[in-house]
Amino acid sequence: MKLSVLVLEGPYNHEASDSAYNFIQAALAKGHTIRGIFFYDDGVYNATRLMDPPQDDRHISKRWSELGATGIDMIVCVAAAKRRGITNEVLAPNIRISGLGQLASMIDEADRLVTFGD
Amino acid sequence: MLHTVNKSPFQNSSLENCLRVAQPGDVILLLEDGVYAASAGTAKSSLVEQAVKRHTVYAIDADLKARGLANLIREVRVASYGDFVDLVEQHPVHAWL
Amino acid sequence: MAATGKKVMVTVRKAPHGSIYVQESIEVMFIFATYDMQLSVVFLDDGVLALHPGQDTKGLGIKGFMASLGALVDWEVTRVYVDRQSLKDRNIPEDAIITIGRDEETDAPIRPQVLDSAEIAKMMATQHSIVSF
Repeated sequence: MKLSVLVLEGPYNHEASDSAYNFIQAALAKGHTIRGIFFYDDGVYNATRLMDPPQDDRHISKRWSELGATGIDMIVCVAAAKRRGITNEVLAPNIRISGLGQLASMIDEADRLVTFGD
Repeated sequence: MLHTVNKSPFQNSSLENCLRVAQPGDVILLLEDGVYAASAGTAKSSLVEQAVKRHTVYAIDADLKARGLANLIREVRVASYGDFVDLVEQHPVHAWL
Repeated sequence: MAATGKKVMVTVRKAPHGSIYVQESIEVMFIFATYDMQLSVVFLDDGVLALHPGQDTKGLGIKGFMASLGALVDWEVTRVYVDRQSLKDRNIPEDAIITIGRDEETDAPIRPQVLDSAEIAKMMATQHSIVSF
């Protein structure tokens, strides 16, 4: 199955990022493909490399970058990012800023879309 | 259809809203704070007690454990994220955020 | 709007202005309408409050999205539905909900189509994907 995932909330404040990440890891473990992960609304905050959580807790943007390093398309919506000050300068590695058209493509090219939010 | 519910029924009507629209045979998956609806003997237990008559209701194990919930409504099925993935493979999803 | 393309639904279930979800969902609708998909939009639960008449955000200093909602049909977002029970619960008369466009020939106002939850459920079950707000 090819999956696309939409994340609508920022890291730490809501469980959405964690649920999305855990779901994606389970899908990959079962041999499914992730067509793409799209960050919208406050979800764009997942992509900042300036995140500096306590050492003994998960580093949310680092682990998204790690997923991106495997070739999964990780996209932050440009309009939502501009609104919230997430620019290329602060973007974590292996994540890119693009338009909502990419979400349309992710939906079209996957078998299922799953939304994680508040 | 697979319906996911992630908010506590004590504070949010998403589960009620979901159950009003869900068709017999649809599957309900409780995750995040939504798993509180799976607890037995609460003021909101009747929501899931009624729901299981028309739907299979799952609750994510890691979310239950995180919240210390062990006394569950009997018919609720505990699911792993892997089970969640299998359910998504079988059904299109609507997230009741 | 394309008659081909996958069926994609956007559901809007949150009240407007207290959060940005309604506004950012409309931005999704505008973009999706330009792609090859059969887009439908459903307002239900608190989402129906986005269609409440007389909204004016000037006093809050917030731009708001009401003008965009009024242009949905112009932007080819024509399959727009609203849940009957949700309107009733919030005391919004069906004929008072805001218009999303005007008929090209008659200039008659176009409003979202009011549906029962069973009809909405049936429509959901036929979708390829649902984007939830």
